Amino acid sequence: MADIQTLNTVAAGIDPVADRMSGPQGARPRRALSRRNIFLYGTLILVAAYYLVPLYVMIVTSLKGMPEIRLGNIFSPPVEITFEPWVKAWATACTGLNCDGLSRGFWNSVQITVPSVIFSIAVASVNGYALANWRFKGADTFFTILIVGAFIPYQVMIYPIVILLREIGLYGSLWGLVIVHSIFGMPILTLLFRNYFSSVPEELFKAARVDGAGFWRIYFVIMLPMALPIFVVAIILQITGIWNDFLFGVIYTKPDTYPMTVQLNNIVNSVQGVKEYNVNMAATILTGLVPLAVYFVSGKLFVRGIAAGAVKG
Amino acid sequence: MTSVSIRDLSLKFGALEVLKSLSIDIEDGEFLVLLGPSGCGKSTLLNCIAGLLDISGGQIFIKGRNVTWEEPKDRGIGMVFQSYALYPQMTVKGNLSFGLKTAKVPKDEIARRIARAAEVLQIEPLLERKPAQLSGGQRQRVAIGRALVRDVDVFLFDEPLSNLDAKLRAELRVEIKRLHHRLKNTMIYVTHDQIEALTLADRIAIMRNGIIQQLASPYEIYNRPVNLYVAGFMGSPGMNFLEGEFAPHGAAELSFGATKVPLDRYPFVSDERPSRVIFGIRPEHVTCGPASASEPFSTEVEIEVVEPMGADTLVWAILDGKEFRFRVDGQSEMREGDRVRIGFDPARASIFDAATELRL
Ligand SMILES: Nc1ncnc2c1ncn2[C@@H]1O[C@H](COP(=O)(O)OP(=O)(O)OP(=O)(O)O)[C@@H](O)[C@H]1O
Ligand SMILES: [Mg+2]
Repeated sequence: MADIQTLNTVAAGIDPVADRMSGPQGARPRRALSRRNIFLYGTLILVAAYYLVPLYVMIVTSLKGMPEIRLGNIFSPPVEITFEPWVKAWATACTGLNCDGLSRGFWNSVQITVPSVIFSIAVASVNGYALANWRFKGADTFFTILIVGAFIPYQVMIYPIVILLREIGLYGSLWGLVIVHSIFGMPILTLLFRNYFSSVPEELFKAARVDGAGFWRIYFVIMLPMALPIFVVAIILQITGIWNDFLFGVIYTKPDTYPMTVQLNNIVNSVQGVKEYNVNMAATILTGLVPLAVYFVSGKLFVRGIAAGAVKG
Repeated sequence: MTSVSIRDLSLKFGALEVLKSLSIDIEDGEFLVLLGPSGCGKSTLLNCIAGLLDISGGQIFIKGRNVTWEEPKDRGIGMVFQSYALYPQMTVKGNLSFGLKTAKVPKDEIARRIARAAEVLQIEPLLERKPAQLSGGQRQRVAIGRALVRDVDVFLFDEPLSNLDAKLRAELRVEIKRLHHRLKNTMIYVTHDQIEALTLADRIAIMRNGIIQQLASPYEIYNRPVNLYVAGFMGSPGMNFLEGEFAPHGAAELSFGATKVPLDRYPFVSDERPSRVIFGIRPEHVTCGPASASEPFSTEVEIEVVEPMGADTLVWAILDGKEFRFRVDGQSEMREGDRVRIGFDPARASIFDAATELRL
């Protein structure tokens, strides 16, 4: 009897199936240093350097005193770190008439950006919702006009808008600029929202109508909570776009109400005295800080929202 | 009393006329199934009844009231959609109460109706969940619940089961039938599943290109289709069609080639005797083997293909040079190439005018 037992075990040892099991199994091993990886990471490092080296130079320079800058080595780290240039850029740098640095421009920019972002997104999201879900008469015509609007160069409209704002008495004021930003943001934002809302299943909208909800109730209770990702995208687009704007800021405001970008330009390009590179660098970084912060905080949401909005045309 | 009455309804999308002068009267408490191929306008008709589409012509009455221009919420209807269409960010409870809150129904009344719907549909344990945390069958139950709490006279279902797997579909089908027995509401149910239509309906409306071909009980539709289209559409596998002609001098006999079928027991509905006709017989009305000897008509055919389907077996043969299918018991032994005797009773057949395609 014992013999048969051993025989069975031996037979199991030369089992053809077991033989087959010893081949490749599980996840395929990957070489870390394949040609593909070298190429991939090489490109990534190159591109990253392209963007990061200027940033490095700016930060380093902004932390040096002027004597150190005059030595001329822009890549060397600061021997003696000083925050003097930052303070000066923020509070005391001179721009033509007044000498209170970027701080005034910063608050102007905040006062321009916040209402512009809120107003343009509020209007565009309702626009997009109406276009996508309530196919009212003339909706297609309206949409076409809006899209054509997106392709007309700004320059064509600058002067007519100057006249328009002057006529309604808003030329040179912050509110005038808010209106301008809201109008110019409208086509692209409406497109963004319309595309997002048309990807929402139509039956959901129908169900809400059978449930007796009207235009605003469907918008606020059903659509809005579902559209958070696309709102994040819109907010980011608008904050960065409006904050970085220079052209409209120069044209539609007065020195008192200049946004930060215009003031930055005036600091950097002021012709009196020596060029204070450290102050200029600090001022530039300060101006770019807001969009940078927005990207850092919301990068992930941004990508997700863009992908969601792109689903359906 | 009629519950829903549709008169001369027509609907156009631009130049495309989807519904053409369509009229139906639906009795109180009736279960009407709209059946038809994809794109024939079933959902469109349902949306018109619900008030979700503006119609181009005609009138719609619900409970004797002309609701042609009324908003969906005022029509006294509840609707269940194919994709469930549950509000994703609300709990099941929120979904059920949304319409009631919109209508400003008092809180305790809302609670009472939700409790009742949840009890009827057995979704009590799910009330606090979000739709994403439910299975397909549970979602559809909630969707039905949303129509239920509205306490309406008419339920509209747009292919509510077609997103579910076969087993669940069969279960929910029975549940919907039970629900209908219990509530006794009027229900209009869109599907393209014949079994669903036959099992659920009091009456079936077969639609094609926006026109109702036949509106009758499942029995009528199955046994006495009014035209060739309905005959071919109902039944799976479909009816056998053979082209033939009447024997001269009005003899009650039909001939296809050499084969002659006696028609003395066929219940004619028309006095027309066109020269060319189409003779239809369902595969399940054909008998095979010794039993066929007692049928008024029998003949011998050669078996081409045998398809065993468990409970029964579908046999493909050649009759008069044409494909001819018949169904035999799943236990019977049939082999390709065998010659067998088959027979049928022409009284169970359907004869159509080849030109007008109407039943004779
Ligand atoms: N909004 C619309 N604009 C233009 N044509 C439409 C619109 N909605 C539906 N149609 C057309 O109307 C016809 C009927 O559509 P409907 O949705 O009623 O079909 P259905 O019978 O429900 O089909 P299915 O079984 O596939 O759901 C189709 O030819 C469709 O292309
Ligand atoms: Mg449909």
